Amino acid sequence: MSTTMTIRRTALNETMRKYGGKMVDFHGWEMAIQFAGILKEHEAVRKSAGIFDVSHMGQVFVTGADAFKLLQKINTNDLRKATPGKGVYSHVTNENAGLVDDIIAFCLAPDRYLVIVNATTSTKDYEWFKSQAVKMHVKVENRSDDFSMIAVQGPNVPKMFEKFAPEALKLPRFGIVEKDLLGEHCYVSRTGYTGEDGFEVTAPHSIINQLWEQMMELGKPYGIVPCGLGARDTLRLESGYLLYGQDVDDFHTTYETGYGWVVALDKGDFNGRKILVDQKANGVKRRLTGLTLTGGVPRSGCKIFLDGKQVGELASATYSPTLKKGIGVGYIVPPDLKPGTPLEVEIHGRRVKAEVTKVPFHKGTAFNKGIGA
Amino acid sequence: MPKPEEVKYTKTHEWISAGAEVAVGISDHAQHEMGDVVFVELPKVGQKLEKEKPCAVVESVKSAFDIYSPVSGEVTAVNDAVTGEPALLNQAPLEGGWMFKLKPSNPAEAEALMNWTAYQEFIKQSAH
Repeated sequence: MSTTMTIRRTALNETMRKYGGKMVDFHGWEMAIQFAGILKEHEAVRKSAGIFDVSHMGQVFVTGADAFKLLQKINTNDLRKATPGKGVYSHVTNENAGLVDDIIAFCLAPDRYLVIVNATTSTKDYEWFKSQAVKMHVKVENRSDDFSMIAVQGPNVPKMFEKFAPEALKLPRFGIVEKDLLGEHCYVSRTGYTGEDGFEVTAPHSIINQLWEQMMELGKPYGIVPCGLGARDTLRLESGYLLYGQDVDDFHTTYETGYGWVVALDKGDFNGRKILVDQKANGVKRRLTGLTLTGGVPRSGCKIFLDGKQVGELASATYSPTLKKGIGVGYIVPPDLKPGTPLEVEIHGRRVKAEVTKVPFHKGTAFNKGIGA
Repeated sequence: MPKPEEVKYTKTHEWISAGAEVAVGISDHAQHEMGDVVFVELPKVGQKLEKEKPCAVVESVKSAFDIYSPVSGEVTAVNDAVTGEPALLNQAPLEGGWMFKLKPSNPAEAEALMNWTAYQEFIKQSAH
């Protein structure tokens, strides 16, 4: 990363080090890439519980009489699905239907929304939201610097929360509740980026370290382990979740990502709708396609071949700890290859056999609770 | 198999045992830095290796690492156990986790490598 930029630390930095976090520069943020090891952490989240510092994520508040109107205009998904206490996963699109970001918009009250945005895009999103709010009665606030965020993920997490936050247990997938924790106003949502059931807690910096320790204590009987961004990445890729900046950007559309279910063409006009209507009718030229390998570990940038001809390259790829083989996603032309179609991936100059695979590669407990994303 | 103090080390964190037929692997420090090893690609028996040239690949969950031959020579054996169970490189980098054996063509090359004390010092200095 840039050497001229000063690195940013989350309020949990010292605690991450105390727990043995191996710290790395992640897009200008010093974050823990791993603690005990990616495989152990991955397994803990799939089978028991894991806790992540995700304080680099951003929070944009949209409030006022036109809050709904603004969000409806800038999102592909229908914000009517986000009734008070609920959120929707959605894509924020530009006029060309390219993705500004992928977000979760939570409705706290009819005129008050909390939008969770990606770390690398929080400033860009804030500027974009504001630019789209001209002549609207709406206040857009980037409060990313005011909040830390902890994700607690895994099948055992609901049990952990029984005493700690019983009201959170009643939340459906994508539900959110505002709650005082350790005397401070916090937001607890039933969301995550791992494919497992669990919660994300957005809280002020002042209590975040105490909150982390409390979670570790509550989670002790349930096998909780601290997890880093390494496991977060293998978990999200197995679940087929997008990583903004790597799998999708301003020049790729929602239909191209295979996330057509977050496009609500029937909700009325929104940014990029015209292009999406056309793509829906006439199809896309390329599509983010999942594939599984027979050997080796694929990486971002590896070339993909069909019948000896290059048809794309991998956007995200890794070793899947759950499937115990290489998996990846990449934009492929032609866009409609059937699962099982044989492909090849070039790793270190050698072609390895692969096949088209339906995503998600693995369905964790979050997928039992409705939509997994 | 050897103890950490009994082998020589390269600046690229491979170890090499002593003798007319030597074993090669990665150091404990290296396996720590790499993280969970999930894939290993070894050279072939009979393959001629050149000193400091890539001859094997170790992949952890996070990234790929080239393994450089500490000395020149001909491969006499490979450890199929590590291709079947790559985690051996993490669990026992100097015992079960040896990667291949070779017959050095120039025994003086191994002499020039770092001993345990020098390697420890090298790691300490590289950390700064």
